[in-house]
Order: sequence, then structure tokens, then C-alpha cells
Amino acid sequence: MDFCELTIARAKKLLFDRQISSFELTTALLDRIEKYDDKIGAFITIDKDLALEQAKKADQNIADNKISGLTGVPIALKDLLCTRGIKTTCGSKMLDNFIPQYDGTVVSKLKENGAVIIGKTNMDEFAMGSSTENSAYKITTNPWNKAYVPGGSSGGSAAAVAAQFCCAALGTDTGGSIRQPASHCGVVGLKPTYGRVSRFGLVSYGSSLDQIGPITKDVTDAALLLNIISGNDTMDSTSARVDVPDFTTAFDQFGKGSLKGMTAGIPKEYLSVDGIDPEVEKVFKEAKKMLEDLGVDVKEISLPHTEYVVAAYYIIAPCEASSNLARFDGVRYGARATDCEDLMDMYKKTKSTGFGPEVQRRILIGTYALSAGYYDAYYGRASQVRTLIMEDFSNAFKTCDLILSPVAPAPAFKIGENMDDPLTMYLTDIFTLSANMAGVPGISVPAGYSSKGLPIGIQMMANRFDEMSLLRAGYGVEKTIQLDKKFPDL
Amino acid sequence: MKISIDEVTKIAHLARLEIDDAQKEKMADQLSHILKYIDKLKDVDVEGVRPSSGVSVMNNVLREDELKVSPGPDATLANAPQRDEDFYIVPGIVK
Repeated sequence: MDFCELTIARAKKLLFDRQISSFELTTALLDRIEKYDDKIGAFITIDKDLALEQAKKADQNIADNKISGLTGVPIALKDLLCTRGIKTTCGSKMLDNFIPQYDGTVVSKLKENGAVIIGKTNMDEFAMGSSTENSAYKITTNPWNKAYVPGGSSGGSAAAVAAQFCCAALGTDTGGSIRQPASHCGVVGLKPTYGRVSRFGLVSYGSSLDQIGPITKDVTDAALLLNIISGNDTMDSTSARVDVPDFTTAFDQFGKGSLKGMTAGIPKEYLSVDGIDPEVEKVFKEAKKMLEDLGVDVKEISLPHTEYVVAAYYIIAPCEASSNLARFDGVRYGARATDCEDLMDMYKKTKSTGFGPEVQRRILIGTYALSAGYYDAYYGRASQVRTLIMEDFSNAFKTCDLILSPVAPAPAFKIGENMDDPLTMYLTDIFTLSANMAGVPGISVPAGYSSKGLPIGIQMMANRFDEMSLLRAGYGVEKTIQLDKKFPDL
Repeated sequence: MKISIDEVTKIAHLARLEIDDAQKEKMADQLSHILKYIDKLKDVDVEGVRPSSGVSVMNNVLREDELKVSPGPDATLANAPQRDEDFYIVPGIVK
């Protein structure tokens, strides 16, 4: 048996039936990481002993019949989720030596459910980027073709799942950072509704936009993991007090025509976006046809303010970032520059040497947009445009259950290709940013390949707290599609 | 909107960043390019539209005021770049 290809669902069955042990499974994954991660660069930190210790504990629990939702299942975590006792760098030199004193809520939930934390994955520094090239530590390559980026900012998590280094991973999504790398790496990525998952213990980038979610090998696993990480948390005041359904029931009674009664809208503004790659368009049309065959009524809708989404986002997110990242001042944790004359000199040297160029750029944009005399013109106006974008979505969901779109306008680009032109990189986020602005959930499901063999996903968005519809439709696409190859050869 | 080198210097100071002169010009160009794109927000009619700072339903989150165990100074200061017993040490503030 190939341990490394196991999904959460399959691993759980084998572990709980005592056909395999978590120690064997974790060892097999660690061996695979050791053998191939030099080329992929998915991980920043691996604590082998700690992972194996957790695996042994899980095996003991299984032997004692103390089984929880993920007992013995190895999961990777994006390196901005605080893990007690394990270094959490955020992909930044600023946090090179930062060892959290507590677990984030999602980490506690994984641990309570018996998961094995196999490692911390690479990312764009402080989650700012769409390619994982902004990490201060290493480049992560796309497991399907190592000359290409895996997407970002959760590129390490998506690459780790695609390279079969773990059963599944958690990422975070502020403007597409789960869905876009999932699409580029041929795996499933789900950004939950804002407030569905507690953000306590997530190092903040854009607090009104950030959300933690699963990156998995299939849609079933996304539901399994979402079941575990969701729920109200008193440690996060923006965490929603809503019931968490059993998301795995989304797949009950699946069959031909089982999506009958669902309506999906395709925003006409999305089709006229400049520079959609013909191969992305082709995959998108095929997926649309598939959903129609499953009984979904697909129609054209309108999101009138689409043209302004990127501009509004790239004011709001940097404003929040400039405020959030002010905390890294060299006093309480993180790096501190040496040889400083006074306090001001210490702040400046610490921030300038601790943060990389993209982080500094976004801090500057945010600081400018919030500075005296510019606030109304930039942050104020962007917040008003955000209201209009949110209204576009509430209006759209009056007439449809899903909104369909590509995830990114093109498949993964080559490493280094977009590094000198930040704006071009920002514009590739056009399809994913809206879900964060409007707080709605979105999923990326593998739907095809480019002629170069790079994966292409499709995105579905749903109304707030309706992840169930995403999972149902995503499962439909997954079960219908005939992909030649689910995972790359490394 | 064109950002000058002087403005970069000013914003960098507000953000407590130190940018060397060679980088300032590049940063001024990149910021100008990005802000020029963002200027398209001026085309939107926002008359009478309320601003949104997020989507969460803002309810007061209340709880009983109970005694809980604190992590204590050792855990709290464990990541301090410089400390002296239970205090953070920073370079001199008053000259």
C-alpha cells in the first residue's frame, strides 16, 4: 500500500480498523518529505521527533479505543498558525526565532481531535503574495513542474498536499491565498465564510478579510476538516455564533441529476476580464457543462462593481496590514536590530531589516492611504466601494445558490516571471478577492490541465454560511470529471 | 497620483521604516503605478453609501469575569529580544 496517497477519509478508516498505524503512516510521509522536499520546498519547519511522538500517542489512543475525528492523521499547517513550542515564522525573518506560547484555536481543535502536526509550511511573507516567492526562507516549486510557482500565499500547504507529504493541510485566505494555490497545484481549497472559523492564533494580515481553511486531496476531506475547525470561539470577537452543520452530509444521495434545483450564476463582468487564458476558459466551460449535466441551472448574472474590486482590495488590505504589522517593533517578540542609537532607530532598523520588500511596500501603501489628508480619498472610499461589492453579492444570491468562475486568469506562471511588477501580480487576484471583500465562502476544485500539464481549478462561491452548497457542487465536479492523473510524479 | 521621493521619505518615517536612497526612487515609481490604478475608485458613485469595515455581525461578546490562570512572566517574556527579569529592555528613550 502507498501510505502517502491516503486521504483523511481513507487514512481514518485504515487507522481505526487497525490495518495501519499512525507511526507507519507518519514515518512514510516524513521519509517522502526527506526524499523530495529539497526540490519542492514545501516546509519551513519539520519536527520529526515531535510528529512521531504524537503518532505514537495516537496509536495508543486507538488501541485504547479513544478515537476522535482525526486520531493519527498527519496534517501540515501554514507557518502563520501559532503552534505552542514550534517555531512560527510567517515566512519572515522578523519571526525567525518566534516560538508561540500557545496554540491557535484551529491548532487546539486539531490536537483535541488527535491529529499529528507533521510540519509548518512555506508561505509568502505575512501572507502577502500570490506565488510564495516572497518567503524569506525559500522558494516553493510547483510539484507538477518545478519551473513554476505553486501559487500563494499558502503555496507551501498546497504543494505539500499535491506532493503527498501529508494527508491534508490548513492554509489561510485573505484574497485567494487558499483557492489560488489549490488551483495551481491541482488540489481542493476551501475558504470558509468570514467568521466560520476562529482566527485566534492566526498572525493577522487583513483582519476583516483573513480566514483559515482546508487544503485537501478531495472534496470529502475538505468537509471532514471543516467540521473540525469550524465553530464559535470566545477568543475571536468576529467569530460567528451560528450552528455548524455536519458538512459531510453534503454528499448524501449523490447521483445523476442530484444537483437538480440548484442555480449557478456566471457574472457577465468576469467573462470580459482582460487576459483570461484560453485554456482556463476551456476548462471553465467544460466544468460548467458538467454542472449542467448534474442538474444545475446555469445562467448569466451581474456583479456590477467587479471592475473596482482589485483597487478597493489593494487599499483595504494594505491599510489593515500597516496597522496589524505595527506590532512587530522589536520589543516584545521577534527580531530586533543590533547597534541602535535610540528607540526610534531601533524601530526603524528592526522593521527595515526584518520585513521583505513586498511587506514594506504594502505597509507604505497602507500608511499613505491612512495618513492625514488621504484617508477619505482612499480608505474611506474603498470602504464605500466594499459596501457596493457586498450588495452585488447579496443581490446575486437572491437568484442563485452558486457563483461560478475561474480561480485565476491563467495557470501557474514561471518562477521569477512577475517579481518586478507588483501591480500585474495583484491583477491576477481578480476572481478570488471578492469572496473576501463580501465575506462569502469559496472553493477551488481541480477541473483540468493546461497543455503544459499544469492543473487548472474552477471556483464556486456561495452565500454566507452556505459552504454546504459549495461542497455538494464541488463533489459533483470531482465525481464527474475524468482527470488522467490526480498527483504529479516528483 | 504621483508619489515623490519626499513623500516616500515621509510615509516611511510614519511607518517606522528606513529606506535607502537607491530604493526610494524605485518605491516611489512602484507606489505611483499602484496608486494610479487605484485612482479608478474615483469613478464610482459613492454618494450616500455607508462604508463597511467588514462583514461580521457585531454583537457584544460578554462573559463572566472569572479568575483564570495567567501564563506568567516567564512564558509572556519568553520571546523578548532583551529582558531583565520581568521587564522588557529597550534602548534609551530619554536622552
